[in-house]
Amino acid sequence: MSTAPQIGLPLDRVDGHAKVTGAARYSAEYTPPGTAYAVLVCAPIASGRVTAVDAGEALSVTGVLAVLSHLDMPRIAVRPNLVPSLAGAAAHGQSFFPMQDDRVHYAGQPVAMVVADTLERAGHAAELVRVDYAEEPPVVTIEDGRDRAYEPERIFGGFVPGRTEYGDAASALAEAEVRIDGAFHLAPNHHNPIEPSATTAVWEDSHLTLYDATQGPTATRLTVAELLGVPPSQVRVVSEAVGGSFGCKAMIWHHPALAAFAAQYVRAPVRLSLTREQMFHSCGHREEQEHTLELGATRDGVLTAIRHRKLSPTSHFDDWAEPSVGPSGRMYACPNFQGVYNLFRADTMTPTFMRAPGEASGMFVLETAMDELAYRVGADPLELRLRNYAETEPGTGRPWSGKGLRECYARGAELFGWAGRDPEPGIRRDGNQLVGTGMATAFYPVYGAMNPQRARARLHADGRAVVETGCSDFGTGVGTVMRQVAADALGLSAESVEVRYGDTDLPNTVAAVGSAGSGAVSAAVHAAGTALRDRLIAQAVADERSPLHGADPAGVRVGGGRMFLADRPDTGEDYTDLLRRAMAFDVEALGEWNPPGPQGEYGTGTFGAQFAEVGVDPDLGLVRVRRMTGVFAPGRVLNRKTARSQLMGGMLWGIGQALLEATHVEPGRGRWANASMADYLLPVNADAPDVQVETVEVEDRAAPLGVKGVGEIGLVGAAAAIANAVFHATGRRFRDLPITVEAVLAAE
Amino acid sequence: MTPRVGRARIPGQAAREEGTAAGPRTGDLGPGPAEIELAVNGTARRLRVEPRVSLLDALREHLGVTGPKKGCDQGACGACTVWVDGRRVLGCLTLAVACEGREVTTVEGLADGDGLHPMQQAFLANDAFQCGYCTPGQLMSAVALLEEGHASDDAEIAEWMSGNICRCAAYPNIRAAIRQVRDGGGGDRP
Ligand code: FES
Ligand code: FES
Repeated sequence: MSTAPQIGLPLDRVDGHAKVTGAARYSAEYTPPGTAYAVLVCAPIASGRVTAVDAGEALSVTGVLAVLSHLDMPRIAVRPNLVPSLAGAAAHGQSFFPMQDDRVHYAGQPVAMVVADTLERAGHAAELVRVDYAEEPPVVTIEDGRDRAYEPERIFGGFVPGRTEYGDAASALAEAEVRIDGAFHLAPNHHNPIEPSATTAVWEDSHLTLYDATQGPTATRLTVAELLGVPPSQVRVVSEAVGGSFGCKAMIWHHPALAAFAAQYVRAPVRLSLTREQMFHSCGHREEQEHTLELGATRDGVLTAIRHRKLSPTSHFDDWAEPSVGPSGRMYACPNFQGVYNLFRADTMTPTFMRAPGEASGMFVLETAMDELAYRVGADPLELRLRNYAETEPGTGRPWSGKGLRECYARGAELFGWAGRDPEPGIRRDGNQLVGTGMATAFYPVYGAMNPQRARARLHADGRAVVETGCSDFGTGVGTVMRQVAADALGLSAESVEVRYGDTDLPNTVAAVGSAGSGAVSAAVHAAGTALRDRLIAQAVADERSPLHGADPAGVRVGGGRMFLADRPDTGEDYTDLLRRAMAFDVEALGEWNPPGPQGEYGTGTFGAQFAEVGVDPDLGLVRVRRMTGVFAPGRVLNRKTARSQLMGGMLWGIGQALLEATHVEPGRGRWANASMADYLLPVNADAPDVQVETVEVEDRAAPLGVKGVGEIGLVGAAAAIANAVFHATGRRFRDLPITVEAVLAAE
Repeated sequence: MTPRVGRARIPGQAAREEGTAAGPRTGDLGPGPAEIELAVNGTARRLRVEPRVSLLDALREHLGVTGPKKGCDQGACGACTVWVDGRRVLGCLTLAVACEGREVTTVEGLADGDGLHPMQQAFLANDAFQCGYCTPGQLMSAVALLEEGHASDDAEIAEWMSGNICRCAAYPNIRAAIRQVRDGGGGDRP
């Protein structure tokens, strides 16, 4: 009679059919009649001025409609100001907008835009636009800019202080029985979703529709409206399918507004798709970073002090650094901590969020040092972590809202077969490979939405429901969990719930960032579903013809498309009967979830344990990851299948971070030297072993519906587990990422 | 807000001028726009394209067949994988005019009416994708490699599928889907 709960079940993706048949529509796949194509011309220099723009030859190409540069580009209505998209407001990727003056601040900055009737003609004409520059010597890398370092007040769009401390790290380090000091260098990284960012802009009178690849349709709406000086209500953003993001579509960069300007200018719909090369300098990156980590401990490996400093380049416009030292102050029970960011101004665009921004880098550093400490004091690496287990939040002593890390360690060790590991490095061989194993901890903060989240639920007279929110699904599976949450709230089967999302015409939700998307959206959908249910129940108990007439609404349950009395389940009626009697086509309700704001009384975090086995070919310098195990405690799991995929994808990203991914700067020119998918190495199928993933469900007292999110935690610690396994295999400690073939060979 | 007045022509007009602007044809195909016919998923489609137009852009921009995806336009990601006369090719590195009169199969042509191809079903069941953007290319490669006999074990599958990058890293699930079709005896082209 009642329906089994859908939340948690490994249901197939709601958008799966569309995605395997090619029917899913991504933002570059809306082509209204007469659509023109915009192509950007980007500066090949990193610093200087545009001295002349000659568009003559480009304009003579058949089909070219316009060439815009700072000379004739419309002026933006406001100066952009970077605010992270989680805040729910306009979310400019950097406090800068191009083509407003002649200044070039970073390589790849757009300096002109060509619009033509076909993509080929626009692309060809873009090559014919002659731009002259007065080039100035660029400062881009840490090597260039080390001497200009300063300590910023705040970083990360103002979210994080430039310095955090508790206790007295300096004194504790001076007195420590054991010291581990390490210097680390991490190469810049790029997100490289397979779908390049693209916007198709369509004006109808004063109304603008943007088909945009974004993590937050509302964020695109507010940002573009602000730049163009039009009311947000006149901007609609549609993001039906988004081909991956990993943070590069979390903030709103220049191309949606540029597409809108171009469409206005040529009075036709305009598509602006970034090329793969342009993806490297149009939507941020994970910055190059240098870390210094000092651990102080007792002879038994009990931590007494952690000092973690980071140096990285930022743009001329923003104090941006991913918050990499944060986890070092929240991970282990240690009375003395100091974390400090140093920045220098560089001729670069503002870096941005990239999957686990701060945690992926910072936890690599901390967990590599912890492995070293374990070897120094002769403790098993897992045992060392347990000796330093933080029962309450370090620094504040607040109880955790939910943790589960001990369970993750135990289950991970069991699955992986960690027990009885011989710690001796460099002694296991399998053919021509040296084999080793390593582990690390995963930590990710719990971020929460800051403004009301809304959803709408409608029940039709045939018993089918539709649930709607404005969020986009860029592979997270949020559309699928919407269906599950709504089905449970309404007591329907999942099949009878249809979902719609990815459109600002639907009720507003915040950008899906910080692993908070599914939690926020689920809470809104839950609110809408229960509001609709309560409305239907109220209607039934008030209806004289209903078997539930006069019943106490609190005593009515729903399930199987029916309302019934909790204590007499056969007394009740189908939704369809109620609606038919009332001659109602449908009933709907809007649900709103107001985030409670920071939970002052709890320490929060998502935790997990990572294990990896590698084989290292010492003659070729090749590291192969042979297997990985990850166990995480992400709160409530809404869909076991899609959550597993997210966690697995994160762990496999760890292979990229550990062994492959680096963007290089061309010396002297300050531009990316390997801006292509052939030259920026990404894990391919043959790099990816099978992965064991499990979750332990530990109740969380602070997160919405108990959901803490699975989008990023899977990556955190994976690179450290791999690097620690490389140490176990070879006896060599690698503190720089990626661990390249050259580095392994040089170390031999 | 009133749209600003530009010095623009309307795209439709430019297209009508194509023939004259490019002058008379000097060869069978090109350098001006050429009339070609492609058999796309079993349907003859005529289109007028410049010789420099890639098969991928011809499908996506000219014919509205958007199943094949553009990830890099440089032959590095595999998202544009389609079959030409039954062989897999990268649509971004193939000129449309070179496919004149050939049979082009895209992901839209895999399913048999409403019935999904077993590989499509296996991708769904094994959650062999997240964002789905690499998926059309993965599917075209996966079906072809089974038929070519390159799926004897996981190592071989992984090697032969390594031309299709999945940034969501669904790789283990993609292998599972291919194994499932291989072991189920399915996976032949419809
Ligand atoms: S788009 Fe053709 S290989 Fe990437
Ligand atoms: S599913 Fe997203 S790139 Fe493969």
